This record gives sequence, C-alpha cells and structure tokens, in this order.
Amino acid sequence: MLTLSIEEIYRRCSRAVFARLVVEFKDFDLAEDALQEAFAAAVKQWPADGVPNVPEAWLYRTARFCAIDAIRKKSRLQPLPEEDRPGTIETESEFTVEEVSDELLRLIFTCCHPAISPDAQIALTLREVCDLTTEEIASAFLTQPSTVAQRIVRAKQKIREAKIPFDAPSKEELPHRLPPVLKTVYLVFNEGYNASSGAVALRTDLSKEAIRLGRLLVTALPSPHTKGLLALMLFHESRSVARTGSSGEIVRLEDQDRSRWDQEMITDADGLVRESLAEGLPNTYSLQAAIAGVHAAAIAAEETDWNEILGLYELLYRLEPTPVVALNRIVAASKVHGALHALEALNALLNESDLQNYHLAHVAKGEFCLQLRRLSEAKEAFQNALQHTDQAPEIRLIQTRLDGL
Amino acid sequence: MKYLCLVYLDQEHWNACPDHLCGQYAQELVDKGKLLHGEPLHDISTATTVRVRNGQVSITDGPFAETKELLAGFYLIDAKDLNEALRIAEGIPPAKHGTIEVRPVRELDMSGA
Repeated sequence: MLTLSIEEIYRRCSRAVFARLVVEFKDFDLAEDALQEAFAAAVKQWPADGVPNVPEAWLYRTARFCAIDAIRKKSRLQPLPEEDRPGTIETESEFTVEEVSDELLRLIFTCCHPAISPDAQIALTLREVCDLTTEEIASAFLTQPSTVAQRIVRAKQKIREAKIPFDAPSKEELPHRLPPVLKTVYLVFNEGYNASSGAVALRTDLSKEAIRLGRLLVTALPSPHTKGLLALMLFHESRSVARTGSSGEIVRLEDQDRSRWDQEMITDADGLVRESLAEGLPNTYSLQAAIAGVHAAAIAAEETDWNEILGLYELLYRLEPTPVVALNRIVAASKVHGALHALEALNALLNESDLQNYHLAHVAKGEFCLQLRRLSEAKEAFQNALQHTDQAPEIRLIQTRLDGL
Repeated sequence: MKYLCLVYLDQEHWNACPDHLCGQYAQELVDKGKLLHGEPLHDISTATTVRVRNGQVSITDGPFAETKELLAGFYLIDAKDLNEALRIAEGIPPAKHGTIEVRPVRELDMSGA
C-alpha cells in the first residue's frame, strides 16, 4: 500500500469508522470523541510503526477501546488494562464495502428521522454524515453558527431521550422514512451545485458528497425514487464544468458549450431514469430527471424537444402543484406556445402565489418581455429580480441581462 | 422504555371513535405486553384547574385554552424505541380523527434530594 498521509486517511475513512462507532455505541458525542482520540494515537504511532494495512480497522478498534474506556470512567469503573487494548492485531476482513454502506445507511436514516425537524435533519446529516463543521453548515445555509449548533444539539438530545434507534427502517416503514432522506440528499446536492453566497470555502464538494450518498441509496435500496434522485443529480452534475465561465459567472443552459458536458455521467443518468420510470409510477425525482434528460439529449439548445419537456412538467405539476413547478411549466410553455401566452400565465401566477419574492420568477418575466420587445417592462422585471437574490453569481447574471438592454 | 401517547381531539370529533374500538385496541396492546395504562377523559367542560401561588390555593373552572384540539385520553406504553412507539400510536383508533402526541417518559432525578 502506498504511504498516505494521516490527513488523507482521515478524509477517506473517518466517516466510515464514525458511522460504525455511532451505530455500535448509539451516542454521537462519544463516537466523535473516541474517533478524535484514535486519530491522535495514530499521529503518534504510525510515523514510527508504519501505517497499518487496513487503517480503518485499526482506527475502529482503537476508537472502540477509547469509547469503552470513556464509558467505564464515567461509571467510575477501572479502565481497561493495557494488554486488553485493541489496535495491535491486524485483520483485513473487518471493513467490507457492504458493512460500511450498511452503517452509513443507518446513520443517514437516523439523522433524517421524520421525528426530527427538516432543518435539523439536514444540519445533522451535514455534520455527522458529511463531517462539515457548524461554521461551514451555517455559511452554506446563510444562518448563524449558533443557530446550527443549537439545532444539532436539540436533534441529538431528541435522538437520545426519545430513543430514536440507530437503524435503517423496515420495509413497511420505508414509504414514510425514505422521502426525508431523499429530500436531504437533494438539498445537500443543491447547496453544492448552487454554491450560495457562503463566505467560508467548504472543504468538501457537497455535490459529489450527495452523489456518493445517492449511489449508496441506489445500491442498498434500489427503487424508482432512489434511482430517479441519483439520475437527477448526475444530469445536473454532468453540466457542472460548462455552467461556470472563466471568471466564475453562471453560463445559462442555452449558452453552454455542450461538448463540455460529461457524457459518461449522462449515459449513467439516462440508464437510471429509464429504469426508474419503467419500474414504477413516475415520482418527483424521476420526472425532474427525465426533464434534465431531454435537455441532455439535445445536441444544441435549439434542438431541445420542448413539447416533451412541457408534457413532463404537466405530469410533475399534477404530482407537485407548487408555484415553482408552475413557473417552470410556464417557461417550458413559452417555448411551445410563445412568449405572449406565457407572460399572461406568469402574471396570473404572480398575482395568486407568493412568487413575487422569488428572483427567478422576475427573471422569467424579464425574458418574456425581452422576447416581446417590451424593453421598459423587461428592465423593471430584471430590477425586481435583483431585489430578491443575494447570491453573487445570480446578481452578475441578471446584471448582464440588464446591461444588454 | 415508557412512552405516553396523548390523544387530542377537537369538539367535532370528540365522539367520532366508539369506545369499543379503543377498548379492543387497548386489549391487543395488553396481550402483547405493551400497554401499562390507558384511560379516556371526560369532556374539557368538566375540568378544574388548581394552582398554588405564595401558599395560596386557587381553584378555577377550566382551562379554556384557545387550541381547538383538547386532551381526550392517554395510553402509557412500553416500547423498544421511538419507532415501535410510533407504530403503536399509529394504531390508536382516534389517530384517524385527531392527533396523537408521543412523549418519552423520563426518570425523576432524585440526586438533588
């Protein structure tokens, strides 16, 4: 084995070891402290003795000892005698891919238990499954670190006191236990994808992290929902290089250099969305993935099959009649039925929903007005859009549209 | 682990669930060794509130809270974990008409005695 730095080993396997410890000891803080102690021991021991063949197994045994020791100390019993300390025998079979996935899965389902509030679910998942600090989580979601810390503390307290088990759900429970997990994973993905105005640079690529969790879910629980979500994330991720310009600006879908889209990811996503739609009723993820798939299939923006996209949005709206889906449906309709028709529909939607606060609704209005050569109305719409976003790349994109008028 | 399942119903659904259904479910739980105790309550109009402030006892009619759903009964259950408690709560017949609040029971901390 190549000699890896302890830092690399931490990045690569700390979460697997952590998941195993949490599932075993049913205590987040105990597991975290034990893991830190094990790494501290590794920093001392490995430079002299060499890195063990299976570092995660060594770390797990050492951390496990630390945890047991901490429990004994707490209950005022004697600490383990030196010769009982694990961490010296090397076995290779203790960290199989299946076992690690199984424990990570249990950890995710615990963090996303529906008895925990959605805000706390995502904070806890980012903290415990993805190993982000409270500062990083706060920065990603534009909240105060103290708010995030409080959410995490309360959630852990509820897990402990209400005895939420560290377990994946049974087959019967899966229908109401899976949706919050999928939603959290998708939120993690979006946070990475949109990289909102956060001031602290993240160490982890949240989109890649979410895709990793998505793959884990597809492997452990293959279903139309898990496949749909993974397909959706892969379609978006396939465009990640093309959607950012040389100075960090957002490149709109229709302006992207499609030769830079990751075809391997697209093929992967395409297979998944087909399986998802073939295996069950369409769901919100498979439909959104199918829409992304129609875009991915177009060699050029003008080749896009908007009829197909509009049909898919109709289906999505039936499942999820929200103002945001209605907005996207109108944008798709504008490509099929023209901007005038779309503008009327959008004005009606703006009157009857709370979309006035959503910058993309004003951007869409601006684009429709632009196509209809109503320049002063377009200007007003783009200016309204600016009032409703604080994401720097979005502001620049809207500013470019205004400058073009 | 003990959990208290509190049954809340609004006036409109107060009698929606016939007693024999609740009794049947309670018996099922007893047979499985899951029910420690359970009782239905009389209407909120029969409630009396007691408070002691500065040694003075005050007794008033009520409470007449603004909330629409009122406590209608309780099941004290014994469950392995929250998931089992939630499954049991799901089966409580008035869950179809009102709401069931599931609360873990804590131990009294006697260390300050």
